[in-house]
Amino acid sequence: MSNSFPLIFLILAAVVVVFGFGVVVQSRRKKPTPVIAPAPKKVVAPEPVVEVVEAAPVVEVVVEKKRSFKNVLAGAGSSVLGRGEINDTSWDDLEEALLRADVGVKVAQALLEPLRARVKAKEISTPAELITALQNDMSSRLVGTNRELNFDTTIDGPNIWLMVGVNGAGKTTSLGKISAQQVALGRKVLMAAGDTFRAAAGEQLQTWAERSGAEIIRGAEGSDPSSVIFDAVQAANARKFDLVLADTAGRLQNNTNLMEELRKVRRVAEKGAGTVTETLLVIDATTGQNGLSQARLFADATQVTGVVLTKLDGSSKGGIVFAIETELGIPVKLVGLGETMEDLVAFNPTEFVEALCSTT
Amino acid sequence: MFDNLSDRLGGVFKRIRGKGRLTEADVNEMLAEIRTALLEADVNIGVVRNVVERIRVQAVGSKVSEALDPGQQIIKIVNAELVAMLGGETLKISYASQPPTVVLMAGLQGSGKTTSAAKLASWFKAQGRNPLLVGADLQRPAAVEQLKVLGAQIGVPVFSAPGDPVQTAAAGLAEAKRLGRDVLIVDTAGRLAIDTEMMQQVSDISAAVKPDYTLLVIDAMTGQDAVNVAKAFDETLAISGVILSKLDGDARGGAALSVKEVIGKPIAFAATGEKLDAFEQFHPDRMASRILGMGDMLTLIEQAEKVFEKDEAEKAAAKLMEGEFTLDDFLDQLQQLKKMGNLSSMMGMLPGMPKEMKNAQISDDMVKSTEAIIRSMTPEERRKPEIINGSRRQRIATGSGTQIADVNKLVKQFSEMQKMMKRMGGGGKKGGKGGLNPFGGGGMDLAAALGSRPPSR
Repeated sequence: MSNSFPLIFLILAAVVVVFGFGVVVQSRRKKPTPVIAPAPKKVVAPEPVVEVVEAAPVVEVVVEKKRSFKNVLAGAGSSVLGRGEINDTSWDDLEEALLRADVGVKVAQALLEPLRARVKAKEISTPAELITALQNDMSSRLVGTNRELNFDTTIDGPNIWLMVGVNGAGKTTSLGKISAQQVALGRKVLMAAGDTFRAAAGEQLQTWAERSGAEIIRGAEGSDPSSVIFDAVQAANARKFDLVLADTAGRLQNNTNLMEELRKVRRVAEKGAGTVTETLLVIDATTGQNGLSQARLFADATQVTGVVLTKLDGSSKGGIVFAIETELGIPVKLVGLGETMEDLVAFNPTEFVEALCSTT
Repeated sequence: MFDNLSDRLGGVFKRIRGKGRLTEADVNEMLAEIRTALLEADVNIGVVRNVVERIRVQAVGSKVSEALDPGQQIIKIVNAELVAMLGGETLKISYASQPPTVVLMAGLQGSGKTTSAAKLASWFKAQGRNPLLVGADLQRPAAVEQLKVLGAQIGVPVFSAPGDPVQTAAAGLAEAKRLGRDVLIVDTAGRLAIDTEMMQQVSDISAAVKPDYTLLVIDAMTGQDAVNVAKAFDETLAISGVILSKLDGDARGGAALSVKEVIGKPIAFAATGEKLDAFEQFHPDRMASRILGMGDMLTLIEQAEKVFEKDEAEKAAAKLMEGEFTLDDFLDQLQQLKKMGNLSSMMGMLPGMPKEMKNAQISDDMVKSTEAIIRSMTPEERRKPEIINGSRRQRIATGSGTQIADVNKLVKQFSEMQKMMKRMGGGGKKGGKGGLNPFGGGGMDLAAALGSRPPSR
C-alpha cells in the first residue's frame, strides 16, 4: 500500500502529460517543434547522413544473411562426429544444438565449460567421446528423480490433481488423457471444469470426460473456479470417487491478479475433504526461455509437483524443461505426443537427452 | 514484454556511451553481451549470428571510429538493426474489390487461433466492416462452440458445419456471399508443421477459399522453433503475415524478432490481453523503441484518444502546466485513465520509466483507496489540500477507511507533483533538443522531471 500513491501520481501525471502533448503536438503540426515528447519515430529513424552511407551494404548483407541462414540449417546436420578431432567448430556445433533445443545460454555454457576442461586435460580426445560425455553429464542430472504421479491411498477423501499453465499449453487435453489412464487403472475419476473463463472450455472437457469414462462437475461460465473445484471435491467425497482432476483456466504468469486467483484455487481445493497430491504445470514443447519464468511463478503460486511437456511430437525439442528440472528441481513427469487419448507417456530422460544432443 | 531485453541492452550501452574511443576489446565484449541478450530473448540463433555480424561490420567500420561519440554511433546501429529485424512498415490491409475479403487463420495447437480469429473479427468490425467467422476447426473438441460464444460476445455471426473442414470452409465462403458479409475469417484446427497430412488439409482449405490474407498465429513465448514453424507454414500456404499472440506475457519476444528476418513476412497484428479488444496492428518502429527503452508514446496517445474527452484532457493538461491542477481534476483524470485499461501495461509504454516502476503492479485496490481518500475530502480541501490539518486528516482517514499516513502521503505526493508539473510547464520546451541522442530526448527528461529515480542501470 505504502508505495502505491507516488506510483499512481507518477503514472497519472505522465499519462496526462503524454496526452496533453499529443494534443499539443497534433494541433501544432504545421510548426514541427516537438515540445517535450518528440515522437519516437523521429528518434528511431537514422539520421539522413547515416542512411545514405548504409543503404548499399545493408541490402547485400540481407541477401547474404538469408543464404547463410540456410547454410546454418543445413550445416547443423554436419555433426560433431563427422570431424576427426575436437576443434572450435565442434564446440560451436554443440552449443548451437543445445541452444536450438531451447535449453538456454546459461545452461548450455554450464554444460560445456567442464567438458572443455576435460578436453584440455586430455581426458576426452575424440568427438564421439565428447558427445557421449555430454549426454552422460546431462542424463546424470536427470536420473534418480521420482517421476511417478503421486496418488496417496492413505488419506481420507479424494486425491486432487490440479492442472495449471499458460493459455494454450494443453491443460485440458492433457487432463483428458490422464483421466483415461487413471480410469484404466480402475480409479473412479471426477473432473472439475475449473476453466470458467475461456469460452466453451467446459464443453471441451465434457467431451474428454465422455471419451475417458469419467464424470464431470461444471460451473457456469464466468463463475468462481475455486467454488467449482470445491464443489467437485465435496461431490467426489460424498460419492466415493478416488480422484478429482481439476482443470484451470490458462493464464500468463506475470498477471498477478490471475495468479492470485490460482493461489486461491489451490487453497480452497483443500478446504473440503480432499487433498491436493499433484499440481501439474503444463508446458508446451515449443516454449522458449519464458518457460523458466512460467515454472518459477506457477510454482510460487501453487506448489507445482511436476511438469507435463506437451506437443513434443512437433519439431521442437522442449529443452527448456531440462533447465526447469535442473535449475528449479521440478521433475518432468509426463510427455504429450499427439491428440489421441493414448498419446501421453512417462518422461524418459535418456531418450530426451539423446534427442536434445542430436545435432541433426 | 521485451523489458528484459531492453534492460540487457541498456546495460551494454551504458558502458560504451560517452567513450571517446572503442577498442577492439570493447567491441567484442559488447557484441558478446548483445548475443547473449538476444539468445536469452529467444531470438533464433541463426538470426542472432547474422545480426551480431552485421553490427560488427559496422562497428569496426570507419564511420564509428571517426564519429565524435562512437558509443552513440553504435547504439544507433543496434537500433537500426532492431527496426530492420522487426520489419519496417505496418502491414496495410486492403479489401478485395469483390467481397468478401477472405482471411485464413493457421498455426500450431494452442497458439491462439480461435481467440485471435474473434479478436480480428472485432477489429474488422471496428473498421466498419461486416465480418463472418467460419469455424473450420472440427478437430479440437468444442472449438466451434468456443468460436460461437466469442462471436456472440462481439456481435459477429459464426458459420460452421460438421463433417469435412475443407467443405465447411467452402460453404462458409458461399454463406458470406449469400449474406453479403464483406470479410470472411476462417478459423482452422491447430496442426504441427511436420504433420504432412494436416498440412495438406490446410492447403486444401486455402485452395477452396482463396484467401486474400493468410495469417499465421504464433505464440510470443515460442522458442527457437518459431522460425521453423513459420517457414513450414509459409512454404505450404504463402502466408501474408503473422499474428503474435500472448504478447502481454513476460516473454522477451524473440519470435517477433526472428520471424520477419527469416521468412520476410511482417508481423501484422499483436494480441495483448485476455479481453477481445486487446488486439492491435503491429507497429515495428514503435516496438523497436519499446525494446530500446524509449517507450511507445504513439500507442499510448492513440489509446488515450479513444477514451479521454479531448476538451477535458486539454483543459486538464493546461491546468497541470500552470499548477492549477486540483485533486478534483486528478479524480476526473483517474476515472478517464481507468477506462484505458490496465494501468500496469501503460507503464511499459512510457519512455524512460525506471525498471522498478515498469514492473510495479497497480491493483484496483490501490486506485480505489486513492479515490476513497479524495472523495472523503470536502470540496475546499480538494481545491486547497494545504488546509488539511490534524483533525481533518483524521476525518478523511476514517471516512475513507485508510490510515492517516496514507492521507499524508497522498497530499504530499500531490503537492510535489504540482510543483514538478509547474516546472515542466515552464522549462519543458527545451526537451526536444536531445535529438542526436536516441536514448535521451523527451523520454528521459519526462522521467527526470517527474522526479523519479534515475533510469535503471
